[in-house]
Amino acid sequence: MWSFSKIANIIHEWLSQTFNVTWTTIIEMVIAGVAVISLFAVLGLVLVIMERKVSAWMQIRLGPNRVGPKGLLQSLADTLKLLVKEGMTPNGADKFLFNLAPFIAMMVAMLLLAPIAFAKDFQLWDLNIGVLYVSAISSISVISILMAGWASNNKYSLLGAMRSGAQIVSYELSAGLSVLAIVVLTGSLQLSEIVNSQANGWWIFKGHIPAIIAFITFIIAVTAETNRAPFDLAEAESELTAGFHTEYSGMKFALFFLAEYANVFIVCAIGATLFLGGWMPFHIGNWNGFNNIMDWIPSSVWFFGKTFFLIFLIMWFRWTFPRLRIDQLLNLEWKYLLPISMVNILLVTAMAILKWHF
Amino acid sequence: MGASSMIVLIIAALAFSSIAILIAKILTKATTNKQKGEPYECGIPTKGKTWIQLNVGYYLFALIFLIFDVELVFLYPWAVVAKKVGWIALVEIVIFFFILFVGFLYAHKKGALKWM
Repeated sequence: MWSFSKIANIIHEWLSQTFNVTWTTIIEMVIAGVAVISLFAVLGLVLVIMERKVSAWMQIRLGPNRVGPKGLLQSLADTLKLLVKEGMTPNGADKFLFNLAPFIAMMVAMLLLAPIAFAKDFQLWDLNIGVLYVSAISSISVISILMAGWASNNKYSLLGAMRSGAQIVSYELSAGLSVLAIVVLTGSLQLSEIVNSQANGWWIFKGHIPAIIAFITFIIAVTAETNRAPFDLAEAESELTAGFHTEYSGMKFALFFLAEYANVFIVCAIGATLFLGGWMPFHIGNWNGFNNIMDWIPSSVWFFGKTFFLIFLIMWFRWTFPRLRIDQLLNLEWKYLLPISMVNILLVTAMAILKWHF
Repeated sequence: MGASSMIVLIIAALAFSSIAILIAKILTKATTNKQKGEPYECGIPTKGKTWIQLNVGYYLFALIFLIFDVELVFLYPWAVVAKKVGWIALVEIVIFFFILFVGFLYAHKKGALKWM
């Protein structure tokens, strides 16, 4: 069977036989960079078409169906359209910050890819504080949003950015606390070790009710953190036209859009890694035949399957719940989610010490 | 790849964004007229300054967030060793949360968590 780690090893061996150490490192870096960029581009295209198809399906309509087979090339056509649009800067805008903001958004989204385990033994950087790294880097994304909103010289943008700032920093707390629940159970911040600890069952099954509570809080919090409906106050179309990116057009807007979708993918990947076992296949006790069939499915398929399931869940929320008001949004976090996740941490700790999990 | 992957990713992000913007710049033809650069406000000319003082509510939430976020940073090293340390870890975190919770209740009582 071909796997990502095998391909990476073959490439590494071939390179180290042909070139010396320095060139091998440089060529590997270039390959990694190109791979990450192409992953990003493909992700953007796939997620946009998926969003449109899912929303069409939920509203009993066809969705895009003209470009390509069943409209699958629609997002490619949209990209081409955005490429030939003029990217303009409004009068009175802070030019430097206005142009810097999309770069920071992209940089944050890209940096978050580093610790994610895409397949078995396939990770860009398996650092021992992976969970901390993810929460540290993801909190920078609010700066790009505030920067874009402030620099635009537009009242809608500024309001959207301020709302988004309040929302993201609030929900970061319960996202962090629900992630900590899994860290307590595993005793490690390293993402590969967290995945390995789920070899005999995913944490959402092994951790009983506290893990399920943590999973639900995590999903709610990351939906809010990525500014998705029902928490899309930052870009509420009906109130603020487009929120912080009202004034952006052309490629700069496309970069914001891409970073947003990449962030959705990344938080879902983190959720899949922590709660649903990452690339670990689904096993049931000692049903050996069943387990062998599950092992036969490649690890990358498991990882992307789980991630896309969570993405689908987040898209489902969008067409199910109406948008919240800002005071309702902040009440939900500070009066419900935060106390619940704090109590949940205590429950998880007691459970971990008593070894009640499997 | 070790820590160098961070540099690779930053360069990749910058290269991707700047190449995309550069291609767009080559492909597009910029036109100018008097109204084009005006800030968008649903067709009405914008009135007054944009950069005004905003509601103090945002600031209060930022302050409370700061307290809880620092708490969260303290929790990371605790969470790693909690299982090894055992019951003492639980007792410690209960005391820690109790102190935080008193502060949280104070903020709540003062109305800091109420919007407007």
